[in-house]
Amino acid sequence: MSRFWGMHADVSGWKSKLVGIIPFVILIVVYIYASDARLADNPQDKLLPSFGQMYDAVERMAFTEDRRTGDYLFWKDTGASLFRLGVGVGLAFIFALMVGLNQGLYPGFNAGIGPFVTFVSMIPPLAILPILFISLGVGETAKIALIFIGTAPILTRDVYLAVDKIPSEQKVKALTIGATPAALLYRIILPQTLPRALDSLRLVLGGAWLFLIASEAIAATEGLGYRIFLVRRYMAMDVIIPYVLWITLLGFLFDWILKKLNSSLFGWYREAAK
Amino acid sequence: MEKLIEIKDVDKVYGDKVVLDNIDLNVSKGELCTLVGPSGCGKSTLLRLILGMERATRGEVIIEGKNAPRPNKQRGIVFQKYSLFPNLSVFDNVLLAKRMCQSPWASLRSASSDEKDEAMEYLKRVRLEHARDKKPHELSGGMQQRAAIAQALITKPPVLLMDEPFGALDPNTREELQVFLTELWEENNLTIFFVTHDLEEAVFLGTRLLVLSQYYTDDRGDGFDGRGGKIVFDKELKFKGASTEIKDTDEFKKLIKSIKEIGFEPRILQHVKDFNLTHPDSYQTLTEIEHRNSK
Repeated sequence: MSRFWGMHADVSGWKSKLVGIIPFVILIVVYIYASDARLADNPQDKLLPSFGQMYDAVERMAFTEDRRTGDYLFWKDTGASLFRLGVGVGLAFIFALMVGLNQGLYPGFNAGIGPFVTFVSMIPPLAILPILFISLGVGETAKIALIFIGTAPILTRDVYLAVDKIPSEQKVKALTIGATPAALLYRIILPQTLPRALDSLRLVLGGAWLFLIASEAIAATEGLGYRIFLVRRYMAMDVIIPYVLWITLLGFLFDWILKKLNSSLFGWYREAAK
Repeated sequence: MEKLIEIKDVDKVYGDKVVLDNIDLNVSKGELCTLVGPSGCGKSTLLRLILGMERATRGEVIIEGKNAPRPNKQRGIVFQKYSLFPNLSVFDNVLLAKRMCQSPWASLRSASSDEKDEAMEYLKRVRLEHARDKKPHELSGGMQQRAAIAQALITKPPVLLMDEPFGALDPNTREELQVFLTELWEENNLTIFFVTHDLEEAVFLGTRLLVLSQYYTDDRGDGFDGRGGKIVFDKELKFKGASTEIKDTDEFKKLIKSIKEIGFEPRILQHVKDFNLTHPDSYQTLTEIEHRNSK
């Protein structure tokens, strides 16, 4: 046993993959067992639908036109949610780069805006959700604004810290080969900051999903979060569970894409840190 | 001889601490000037003043006849580390320097073949043509410093400043690069200002040796403890360009021993009037309180 569970165990290749699958298998087996037991007791039970029922629900939501509107609701929800997420996080990323880079390079700018950014990053974004709905209405703007406010300050602080971490030698070196402040910023500092910024983006995406679903739950007419909270009224677990799995898959996918993007564009970053 | 660096009556004070105390120094074109001193003597501070990273509390720092308060193309620099941009290959590091010094935005258009040829030429000069596509972290310490030297030289700076450039290298690589630097200096008529804490390195490399030290005395009295670093030794050297065997000769060893006493020994305090400042460019303007007794 200690060859596998001990401190100095050699866990490699197929062994680690096999062990990694175990919790998933346990979860699925326990679920099937519990679901079967409940459905045998009461075929109308909604709490733990069988995989067949969930398959039917996905078929209905994703591959059948909605009788009332003629839309494929699953894809419409996905599109609406990804639009909000993309615009909110995208704007936050651009904002963070512009402010964070200047903060890192210009002490005066940092002294002016640093405390404010720190202050805003301390506000729990969900607490100001009502304010956003009141002032911006219940449309797209408020939802995007919540995602932006929830992620931009953290990203900005992280970009600033990344710039601040670049040794002053690099800046002096750039000036001695003739760089102007703008050239220093965009030719020297920005390329060295981007890989770290992409890493931070991966981290804030989790938060962004939270803000997205919270705002959709409160006021929306479409969206993944909206749908989950809508069908909750009918205890439609056969819809909720596939939606949650889909959101998880999307989150996993974005994280993986950003990670691949980072290592293919900025391979030196992880290598040099070793 | 044309004066590239002129330092007049420079003090540098941080809070209550005097780091540099009334420094006077001229450096001529073509010199390989080495600056050495015990830790805390202010040699890094002096280099930062020349580089423009910091401003003097009092006095003037003049580069090529002009005040040059901020780092610019007039001074190339090789640091102990972080001289190369980690995201660029060795070749791109050198090429970027070449193009940046022509125009900050030159790198927005693609490089001309002339520019690429010149970058390759400099890589050959530091014998790194085989490593052109490697990223800095893939190079050994010695190769990194050679690349940094190529990157600094391609902009043709009037003076090349070096801040303990070989300080992090193992002894063999270090000696190899010392020989390499003297060759480079000779072939390309460079002016180099080289800061090191290694006395042997300073004596071996330099055509002119400067010793900066806080261990001296003057007419401000023995109880006066607000003294900062001063140039206590400034002499022409004749070992330049010699083979490394010179390090084993008696003459070399004797010089090192005497400089250790002058500059590095806290118990031996020379008076400011007795400093060995025999280099032709050397001068010293003492303030009245520093030498009032001799009047």
